[in-house]
Amino acid sequence: MRLLLVDDEVELVSTLAERLSFRGIDADWVASGEEALKKAETETYDLAVLDVKMPRISGIKLKGMLEAKYPDMKFIFMTGHGSEDDFRTGSSKAYYLVKPINIEALISKINEVLKK
Amino acid sequence: MSMRILEKIIPDFLRGDNQELDEGRFNFRRLWRLSVFLTAVVSLVPLVFMTLLHYHLAQQYLESESYNHTYRFVRNTWRYVASFLNERKTVLELFANQYSFEELNSPGQLEAILDNMEKRLGGVRDIGVINSSGIQTNYVGPYKLKGVNYSNQEWFKKVLRNNTYISDVFLGFRNVPHMVIACKFDQPDNSFFVFRVTLDLEQINRMLNQLEMAGSTCTSLVNQEGMLQTTCRHHPEILKKMSYSVPEFATESRVIEGKDPEGRPVIIGYRYIPGTPFILMIVEQKGALLRAWHKSRIQLVVFLVGSVTLIMAVILGVATYLVNRIYVADRERVSSLHKVEYSNRLASIGRLAANVAHEVNNPLAIINEKAGLIKDMFTYKDMYSEDKKLIGLVDSIISSVERCGTITKRLLGFARHMEVSIQSINVQEVLEEVLGFLEKEAEYRSIKVSLNVPDDIPEFESDRGKVQQIFLNLVNNAFAAMEDGGSLDITVRREDEDFISTTVTDTGCGIKKADIERIFEPFFSTKTKKGGTGLGLSITCGLIQEIGGKINVQSEVGKGTTFIISLPLKIDKERK
Repeated sequence: MRLLLVDDEVELVSTLAERLSFRGIDADWVASGEEALKKAETETYDLAVLDVKMPRISGIKLKGMLEAKYPDMKFIFMTGHGSEDDFRTGSSKAYYLVKPINIEALISKINEVLKK
Repeated sequence: MSMRILEKIIPDFLRGDNQELDEGRFNFRRLWRLSVFLTAVVSLVPLVFMTLLHYHLAQQYLESESYNHTYRFVRNTWRYVASFLNERKTVLELFANQYSFEELNSPGQLEAILDNMEKRLGGVRDIGVINSSGIQTNYVGPYKLKGVNYSNQEWFKKVLRNNTYISDVFLGFRNVPHMVIACKFDQPDNSFFVFRVTLDLEQINRMLNQLEMAGSTCTSLVNQEGMLQTTCRHHPEILKKMSYSVPEFATESRVIEGKDPEGRPVIIGYRYIPGTPFILMIVEQKGALLRAWHKSRIQLVVFLVGSVTLIMAVILGVATYLVNRIYVADRERVSSLHKVEYSNRLASIGRLAANVAHEVNNPLAIINEKAGLIKDMFTYKDMYSEDKKLIGLVDSIISSVERCGTITKRLLGFARHMEVSIQSINVQEVLEEVLGFLEKEAEYRSIKVSLNVPDDIPEFESDRGKVQQIFLNLVNNAFAAMEDGGSLDITVRREDEDFISTTVTDTGCGIKKADIERIFEPFFSTKTKKGGTGLGLSITCGLIQEIGGKINVQSEVGKGTTFIISLPLKIDKERK
């Protein structure tokens, strides 16, 4: 299982990757949509965890672009806006987590998504 | 009772407790006073002016009419008196011309003449013939006056001078009031004789008394010394000085004003009767003559008072009604402006809160991850795994971050719901969210909050932002009304198929009975001095109505207040 974490907050995304690695999850991280697209060309990822609000390429747009190239890729969104309730109407493949993220919740969500 | 009626009649803008609203906007009291004053002036001044004019003209007319009336009465009466005297004088002349001096002195003849005159004229007491030496040569009457010498008597001298003489009334030898008419007749032999009759006053008195009009008129003859020659209503004794001074001589009838002995105003008409010593005096009480005027004066005053009262009532009513309408419209306008301002302010605060929450969220997420990493390092590496204290510290950081996260999530959720949207609402969730904001305050102030939502309460369709705001306002009010240590109970129950009701009960200070009716009015506040706008409940009530609900209140001073809010399970399509 390979994960790609994308968030413009380097401190957040790097720490998150390190924490996941403590739990045996191999995760790469990048700080922008462009970097994520490049990284996806070199590696194969099962799942991408995307921040919704990013400069230039937003999380939603990035999801569209990655989904087009890699139809099997699954996605989880992270957002600093509102609560999970606000995203009840999202697509079936997309899952949402509200910052600050509970690492255990993230792992269970990852498992849930990958099982599907 | 009367106070209640008065309270209902007095419009809002005239009540004392609205004074502060007048400042800076329309001054409704001034507007009301000005409109009442101007309308009253414009309508009452012409009315009062016309009434006074009418009063003055009517008074003048009736006064002059009473003068004319007296004048006509004098003119008619003096002719009557003059013709009465002339008639007697003419009859005397007729007999004197018919008979010679000798015949008049022959026995029986004079008795026949007296008899004849008495029959034709009446009131003739005696008759006498006096020769040129002043000796009464023949006399018929009740006294023995034959042979009496009148040559030195004043009246005899006047007869010689003027040929005719009509005397004043006097008592004479007989001590009975009477008067004399005497005429001088020339004989062919250049001598003369005087023919003389004595008249009693009964006839002339009766005649004048008959002429006296009903009421207070006094008609009498006086001589030029002011001695009464006849009796009248107010002067029953003859030959006494009359109460009025002798009027100025005039050849025509005159009317003057005077005062009677009691000081009341009178109108005096008089006429010097030519060829006699008499003045005809007619005295009338001015008050009696103007009685008709007094009656119509009262009618005029009643009319004026009635009109003024009616006009003032209409002016007051119309001005009060109109100003009150403007006042109500103005209050509605201000209230709407305040509501708009309030909603705008609330929306701004919401947006601000959302921005702050979002901005705080990112660093919070970093703290969360960093603290998580530290904990992971402690947990997954052996170096610090035994150090419970360090792990405890990191746990405390992580739990604090979680708490902050809960607050920012709540703020973001709340701000988002302020936008108008009809959605399915779980009332328990909304109430928990609202109470979440006051959780800490309740804790600090030891306020016991209990929320009871039975399981059978369905989700309902409504505007979530409005429902949130309604509950937040009511809970805030309850907190403001309670002392520390109070308790707030919120119970939801299903009212019927279409409504659920939420009861918010506090143990606060309660609301006075007199205030209960007014608490939903805009600007009514019992917290004016503590920064209340007086709009909170008005807006809450407005919001409830907007989503098709109802609000009721029960309160007891010192015990607490209960608000019962009924909300429909389905919102009207129109409201949507």
